[in-house]
Amino acid sequence: MTNVYMQRKAEIISIIPQTDIDYTFRLKSDILPQHGQFLQVSIPKIGEAPISISDYTDEYIELTIRKVGTVTDTIHELKPGDFLFIRGPYGHGFPVENFKNKNVVIAAGGTGLAPVKSIINRYNRNPKEIKNLNILVGFKSPKDILFEDEIKKWEKSFDVLLTVDNGDETWTGNTGLITKFVPELKIENPNDTIVIVVGPPMMMKFTCLEFLKRGIPEENIWVSFERKMSCGIGKCGHCKINETYVCLEGPVFNYTKSKQLLD
Amino acid sequence: MGIELDVKSFDDALKILSKDYKIFAPIRLKGKGAFSDTDLVTYGEISSYKDIELNEKSRYSPKEVIYPITQTLFYFTEDEYREPEIDDKRIIVFLRPCDANSYLKLDNIFLKNGPYEDNYYKRLRDKVKFFVIECTKGFSTCFCVSTGSNKFLDYDVFFRFDNDKITCDVKNDEFSYAFSGKEVEFAPEFIEKNEIDVKLPDIDKISQNLEYVFNHELWDEYTKRCIACGRCTASCPTCSCFSMQDIFYKDNPKCGERRRVWASCMIDGFTDVAGGHSYRQKYGERMRFKVMHKIYDYKKRFGTTMCIGCGRCDDVCPEYISFIKIVSKVTDAVER
Repeated sequence: MTNVYMQRKAEIISIIPQTDIDYTFRLKSDILPQHGQFLQVSIPKIGEAPISISDYTDEYIELTIRKVGTVTDTIHELKPGDFLFIRGPYGHGFPVENFKNKNVVIAAGGTGLAPVKSIINRYNRNPKEIKNLNILVGFKSPKDILFEDEIKKWEKSFDVLLTVDNGDETWTGNTGLITKFVPELKIENPNDTIVIVVGPPMMMKFTCLEFLKRGIPEENIWVSFERKMSCGIGKCGHCKINETYVCLEGPVFNYTKSKQLLD
Repeated sequence: MGIELDVKSFDDALKILSKDYKIFAPIRLKGKGAFSDTDLVTYGEISSYKDIELNEKSRYSPKEVIYPITQTLFYFTEDEYREPEIDDKRIIVFLRPCDANSYLKLDNIFLKNGPYEDNYYKRLRDKVKFFVIECTKGFSTCFCVSTGSNKFLDYDVFFRFDNDKITCDVKNDEFSYAFSGKEVEFAPEFIEKNEIDVKLPDIDKISQNLEYVFNHELWDEYTKRCIACGRCTASCPTCSCFSMQDIFYKDNPKCGERRRVWASCMIDGFTDVAGGHSYRQKYGERMRFKVMHKIYDYKKRFGTTMCIGCGRCDDVCPEYISFIKIVSKVTDAVER
């Protein structure tokens, strides 16, 4: 009988610090996930946690992990050459096939940028797949900014708006929540525009509302949920919202579905 | 046709069966109850008729036979992990029809939900044979008729315990060799009316009024009364949620285990996510989640109500919160 909880070894190729508490771990792997899917990542004797895949090629996957608990604290102590244990990928990702030849807007808050980074890089490699891409990214403060080098790269190809909630004396960029910038966004044809919103729950809720005000149809908005999970395969119940299991039907949901997920 | 047994021939049958089977039934543990000088009626292994407690409802259900409170998934050593072995013996469970139905509810989660079967559950579940105890009177907090869990026909052997007179119907021929006695006319009976009748809400009506039901003031009472102890979910035969727990041994930190342990939507920490956020912090919201799962959204997903009407949650609540009353309030709310 196949053991669905069995994990496999994945070697850490490199570790790229993003902030003091967010590191990107590049693991040797041939997993080709959908954008937005997640893995159950574990260290035997310490624990297991669901982590979204922030990027991948056919030789490696990247996980951007914030140091926030027992498992992630221990992961942050690992070095290249050490192993992580993984199972997955699980859940549904973003249906990128449906986004072809559309205007795409990606609004990401904080670590919410991780699950959409691979989509942005996909469009960076294949810019003709969509009409254009607008990126809105927000972080709490300048020291919390993730993927700074990549954001600079994206700025060369796409309209990128980077903002922080609170700047410091050296900060010369935008300040304010992402919601502040949605009304200023250039959206020529709302019906032909796909919006992806990922971030903390409050950010997602109010950002979606701002896009609805801009005339984006509900079915054109996609979100990704974060929930506690112990199994990732529809058994443990932690991620359940009404009859919906985020690990099975999500973590990516269309807004028309997500607005019904009362919690 | 049934077979009439006396206590001796029943015990002889248990003795024969125990060579191949572990036999579980409700038992009484003297002095182990929640209060001083009280007993605990729960499930445990038995070897004779006198071990079975037939006169009182068990506080805990037979679910732990196939879904243990703590279950080791892997043993870890320095560079390998290993699945634990399980006992070769098959399993017999003496249980009432409601509890037999609860196994079918657990099957939906562990075997049918999502793309994979849970192998730890399945390897125990596949071993189980149902020895159903006839229950025609129920107990004061039972409402199995309302939830449609009063009958269970897919039994292996059915028993009527009438003091020391025991009659059984052996449906599964696999067990014929163990039971011998006088053949008598016997038709299993099931309870047709409980002392309590609970009207379950129409799930279509809930769907049409979902936000109204979710935001209804009825839940506020439980924010004040519930203490989030999780007793209701620990005693529930259909609650299946768990958390993972890794440990290492103090005397050798290089070795350890990954376990799964029962968890509950009623207790703190169940919905915590990275960054300190959590959902359903108010106890009334947790109560709403649990109640709606039992009577509404499980049915939407699997076509059958999750609750089996055993009433254990009402029996064990230290705050005297009645699930039955909550269900009635929900029904009243949607039929306003």
